[in-house]
Amino acid sequence: MKLNIKSGKVDMSHGSGGRAMMQLIKELFAKHLDNEYLRQGNDGACFPVAAGRMVMASDGHVISPLFFPGGDIGSLAVHGTVNDVAMSGAKPLYLSASFILEEGYPLADLERIVMSMAEAAKSAGVSVITGDTKVVEQGKGDGVFITTTGVGTVPAGVNISGERAQVGDAILISGSIGDHGVAILSKRENLEFETTIESDSAALHGLAANMIQAVPDIHCLRDPTRGGLATTLNELAQQSAVGVQLNESAIPVKPQVAAACELLGLDPLYIANEGKLIAICSQADAENLLSAMRDHPLGKEAAIIGTVVEDTHHLVQMETRFGGQRVVDFLAGEQLPRIC
Amino acid sequence: MKYIDEFRDQAQAKAIAAAIAREARPEHHYRLMEFCGGHTHAIFRYGVPDLMPDNVEFVHGPGCPVCVLPIGRLDEAMQMVEKHEVILCTYGDMMRVPGGKRRSLMQAKADGADVRMVYSTQDALKIARDHPDKQVVFFAIGFETTTPPTAVAIKHAKQEGLKNFSVFCNHLLTPAALGALLDAETQVAIDGFLGPSHVSTIIGSAAYEPFAQKYNKPIVIAGFEPLDVMQSTLMAIRLLNDGRNIVENEYTRAVTPEGNRKAQALMSEVFELRDTFEWRGLGLIPESALKLRHEFSEFDAEMRFPVQAQPVTDVKGCECPAILRGQKKPQDCKLFGTVCTPENPMGSCMVSSEGACAAHWSYGRFRGAA
Repeated sequence: MKLNIKSGKVDMSHGSGGRAMMQLIKELFAKHLDNEYLRQGNDGACFPVAAGRMVMASDGHVISPLFFPGGDIGSLAVHGTVNDVAMSGAKPLYLSASFILEEGYPLADLERIVMSMAEAAKSAGVSVITGDTKVVEQGKGDGVFITTTGVGTVPAGVNISGERAQVGDAILISGSIGDHGVAILSKRENLEFETTIESDSAALHGLAANMIQAVPDIHCLRDPTRGGLATTLNELAQQSAVGVQLNESAIPVKPQVAAACELLGLDPLYIANEGKLIAICSQADAENLLSAMRDHPLGKEAAIIGTVVEDTHHLVQMETRFGGQRVVDFLAGEQLPRIC
Repeated sequence: MKYIDEFRDQAQAKAIAAAIAREARPEHHYRLMEFCGGHTHAIFRYGVPDLMPDNVEFVHGPGCPVCVLPIGRLDEAMQMVEKHEVILCTYGDMMRVPGGKRRSLMQAKADGADVRMVYSTQDALKIARDHPDKQVVFFAIGFETTTPPTAVAIKHAKQEGLKNFSVFCNHLLTPAALGALLDAETQVAIDGFLGPSHVSTIIGSAAYEPFAQKYNKPIVIAGFEPLDVMQSTLMAIRLLNDGRNIVENEYTRAVTPEGNRKAQALMSEVFELRDTFEWRGLGLIPESALKLRHEFSEFDAEMRFPVQAQPVTDVKGCECPAILRGQKKPQDCKLFGTVCTPENPMGSCMVSSEGACAAHWSYGRFRGAA
């Protein structure tokens, strides 16, 4: 009997290692994610390695809701890890995917997630070559958790790392900030609001490759996911032992995102992105890099937003649109709405 | 963003800054207390001090509802959720405030207490409807701004006959705090006030007139946008220069002299004055807080779940009380930025986004470092 995807649900047997699990893998996961390495049918995938350096990155995805405007946990699980690999300047090649499923989760929804994952992998040019499935009892998971690990190869001569920001360097962002976080918030229970904003979830390695081609000596690349632009820049400032001076007027924020943040008392600088990157390069390379970014569909709204400065406190500071100066700190705890 | 960007315009800010520089008399030092945390937040978030001459100083006021709530009240809420096993619904700001024994609601939640962050009183009502088998308590805090929504929730609960919803009322009255500040023996040298913004939409600007007269201080009702703060500062300086101790209203787009009569009626229908209430930093202030009227007592969480917290003293060295009175600045506190940070707050002024310490630390600490 075939797996009843239409009305069936995940049950404990799907994680038990028996026939039910084999069937789930064959009729759902392998069916959509199919490739020559997965077809080997081994516990691990055996693949050829290139000469030179490789990058490996891992990312756990625990998003709620699982489906959101502009994506779902499946596409996100591909983009998140592909981007982590790409931020080292590497070309992503292979992914592993480990699923933790909650008992009772509809198989139809699981299939949608896996199909979306397959689609995202295909358009990113990567293959999911190995995976794992576990099932936890009802109430012990949140539907679906997906951990993906990716490997990629770094072209010769590329040396991109968070500790390479130097005083005087330019700081660039590939587009508007806060889209992903606001799209997610708009669908959260208790907070549902109407918005046309979609998550920016996207694989950034194509953009990164074009950038590296134009400016091989990019110093830092990082995707400002959790904690947003502010948190990522603070991380980079600490890692490179420098300060950062931003110009608020130059930071692109969509009006709908700004409005939603205003209403909820949140700051777009701290809202998550899933399809944006921050680049740091020498001032001399900045214009070149900017035009390379703007030539790519994912970097059309790229902008130079600040400068790396000397600062023994490693603070991120910003000239506000209003004309004053403020610190842009690490986020403490979660961003919380204001009362008054 | 229309209706917002206009109030954050740099060219306008520079024009007002020039007027302030021109009109502020060099021989005078202007000490203006911005009453609300919302003002403090705007001042630092937009870097307003950079646009002010040296002789115009902002003194942070007590208008942060999370900051002035005594720790004992938080402990009582904690007892409700842990001892009486209710679902406690709270605004987000309250979650990280350290209670007695330095434990916050967030930690209580991690220990298994059912604490839920809500965005409005209606969310709390919905939780009560969805969980008829559980008691749901709404941890109501805030000044006059958040009081009418609490009144509406209580009225809805009564109309619906909800038996599992109640309110732990900690609503406070702003004018009482203003009076207490000005009456205090260790009075702070303040020349004038930037008066509450959102609170005044409810109670109206006329509510402050007795204070301006009695204490000879000008009060300018000021909006929360940075240009509002700057324009109000200019207005206050002009009043001081002219020796006119009156109430003026900068926030005319939202505040009228009489306020929102409908909201006021709703408040007095559901709530009545407490004889006295303790404010953190200001001590016991008579007739400064609200409780549920007898007709609504079935929705009073204090009646339904008897709790008694031990009085709690602040962490040694914590200057929150003096900061809330405007007597000290956050940088004057030995704990500021050393043991007390937003990640590890010793006092509530470092937690709330409206707290003076949090605003200083998050947006302006380079000023201290310079």
